[in-house]
Amino acid sequence: MATPGTTAAPPAAPPPPDRRRPPRGRRTTLRYGRRDRISLALMLGVPAFLVIGLVWLPAAATVLLSFTRWDGIGGLETIEWIGTQNYTDAYTLYPPFEPALRNNLVWLLFLFAVPTVLGMFFAVLLDRELRGGPVYQSVFYLPVVLSLALTGFIWQLIYSSDQGLLNAFLALVSDRPPVDWFGDPDINLYAVLVAAGWKHTGYIMLLYLAGLKAVDPSLREAAAIDGAGPVRTFTSVVFPALLPINVVVVVVTVIDALRAFDLVWIINRGRNGLELISALVTSNVIGEASRVGFGSALAVIMLAFSLVFIAIYVSTVLRGAQR
Amino acid sequence: MHPRPPAPPGLRRRSLLRGLAGAGTLAALPALAGCSSRDPNTVTLTSNRANAAQRAAMQDIVGLFEAESGHTVEINTFDSTSFQESINNYLQGTPDDVIAWFAGYRTRFFAERGLISDVSQVWEGLEGAFTDQVRDLCSAPDGKQYMVPDSTAPWAVFHRRSLFEENGYEAPATRAEFVELCERMRRDGLEPIASGVREGWPAMGMFDHLNLRLNGPEFHLELLDGLHSWDSPEVRAVFGAWAELLPHHQADPLGRGINEAQTSLVRREAGMMLCGMFLTHVFPEGEDLDDLDCFPFPEFDAEIGADAVEAPIDGFMASGTPRNPEAAHALLAHFGTREAEEVYTAVDPQALPLRLDADTSGFSPLEAKVNDMVVNAGALTQYMDRDSRPDFASIVMIPALQRFLSRPDDIADLTASIQRQKLSIFGQ
Repeated sequence: MATPGTTAAPPAAPPPPDRRRPPRGRRTTLRYGRRDRISLALMLGVPAFLVIGLVWLPAAATVLLSFTRWDGIGGLETIEWIGTQNYTDAYTLYPPFEPALRNNLVWLLFLFAVPTVLGMFFAVLLDRELRGGPVYQSVFYLPVVLSLALTGFIWQLIYSSDQGLLNAFLALVSDRPPVDWFGDPDINLYAVLVAAGWKHTGYIMLLYLAGLKAVDPSLREAAAIDGAGPVRTFTSVVFPALLPINVVVVVVTVIDALRAFDLVWIINRGRNGLELISALVTSNVIGEASRVGFGSALAVIMLAFSLVFIAIYVSTVLRGAQR
Repeated sequence: MHPRPPAPPGLRRRSLLRGLAGAGTLAALPALAGCSSRDPNTVTLTSNRANAAQRAAMQDIVGLFEAESGHTVEINTFDSTSFQESINNYLQGTPDDVIAWFAGYRTRFFAERGLISDVSQVWEGLEGAFTDQVRDLCSAPDGKQYMVPDSTAPWAVFHRRSLFEENGYEAPATRAEFVELCERMRRDGLEPIASGVREGWPAMGMFDHLNLRLNGPEFHLELLDGLHSWDSPEVRAVFGAWAELLPHHQADPLGRGINEAQTSLVRREAGMMLCGMFLTHVFPEGEDLDDLDCFPFPEFDAEIGADAVEAPIDGFMASGTPRNPEAAHALLAHFGTREAEEVYTAVDPQALPLRLDADTSGFSPLEAKVNDMVVNAGALTQYMDRDSRPDFASIVMIPALQRFLSRPDDIADLTASIQRQKLSIFGQ
């Protein structure tokens, strides 16, 4: 896309004749037959239909429903319009809302600060072809493969205050009272973040491993000849070459932080210190509670946050494509 | 990169179309199955009774019906919690003819929205089989019945008989005796009251019981129905009494699941637990289960007494438009028979029959005791989340009760917040 400052030619000037372009009229009609046009229409139409039907319309419906009070039962005539009441209620009288916003942010910062960095570190180590590399690789990647229910179960065995592994171990080394890992709202978010990081690290590690394998070895050789040590080689040569992977990792991490849900839901349905917007949406919309309007308002707020990141991502990609 | 020979485009297109057609057929299959002429002798049943004992008990009573009536019953069993989370949508889709569910507000709610159908015809054959109170709990405000009840799993304070005998404890009848017993247990190195509320809802039991004993069942039900302010001296008194008992609860209840709390009773680490009869599922059958005993939650106010019993009633309802109404009603009538209730409750250890004429001679001492509590109850309540709007109970009350458990000192602030949220939900 050209910005006003970059167009050199005055708009009124006729475009310069382009010899590569075939003369008008000979384009599509002759080359594509009826069958081709049908197949083209299908190929464009089916995905477009799916995206509009399964993404855009539900999103629009969610925005509309967020201005209503509805219990999800009965026809459209049972929907009651209440304006922005749901949004005001969320901000003013819904106690879990503010902690949920804060926890989502903590979740995002933590995923970047710890597992992403750790995953990158592991990838760099494993890329050096240690003996038994594939074994380490599988060990770190295993948590990503495990089902969510199983992950929740494993961490309950570790964190349970009476019967958990961690407290049994702590009891051996100190005589302080057991730590309430899941129940203390000051601790449980971080306990769960460790579990979430356990899964996220392996994922990021694999992405970076794939990226590092694709880095041209001659770059490293050149850096070595220039006298750069391993750290300098990584920071000045390899890391910049990983730009496409870095963009993917940022996007994956942001998405993971926003949709974080499963662990907290398994542990305590996202209450008492583990509030997340996604869990609030679920407990309001799904289930007997069925506050469809209020839940939609929360979902729209989450959508608005995602849009900020999507906008940053899209603009980065477009700038990259322009270059 | 080696150039790859392109696949013939016609083939790709055709396979795409074939794929689409295939997907279309797949999607149409269940619909076709739904339209196919149904066997008039088949009746479908959704059950949320998913424990091993409950499944076996369901099989038994359905088997009885099949043998007597010649109908075939298809049972679809769902895990209780996930069924609860999807029941609104489920009832609006194409539900089975007969659905296992709970009495009280939860039946009324669906009846008022036309999602389940009137079964008062079935009740005509059940005249005198149940108390009037049970009948009311199965009825909607239009005076018609929408559920056939079969069993109940009441709440009480459970404990191990042997532990009480060894230490010379006696079942407390009043608030003072209860607190004294707690203090004694504490001195003996026991956790007096086992408590696990990580799931949230188990905290409601203590609120219900304190409110029933301090303010009476009438106030309790009206409060849950939205008729009283939650920011009232009555409600603050409930939280106040709870705050006094809190030091006698197992510490850190918010990190402990209800099953873990039950286990501490099995392991003799805790002295007592306020719980429903479903506690029996955790106690190993035999010596341990025989050792289980209980007493009603003690009296807190002599004028109000201690005869209100929290007894959630389970039963069966008919979907809005059963595909096979006659067979569905026949099945419902069967579930209400004395025979079916006796067979079911003999297998499922948590369930007590609701029929007044049920044979109680085979009851264990524990079952006999709890059954007496129900029969002689001044009032039956259903548990907070069955006596109130589900959105209020789960969205407002669970976080509020959890907040109280971690910060029991700002009661006035808490009740004010509950009241504000109640107004927004009840829309008054």
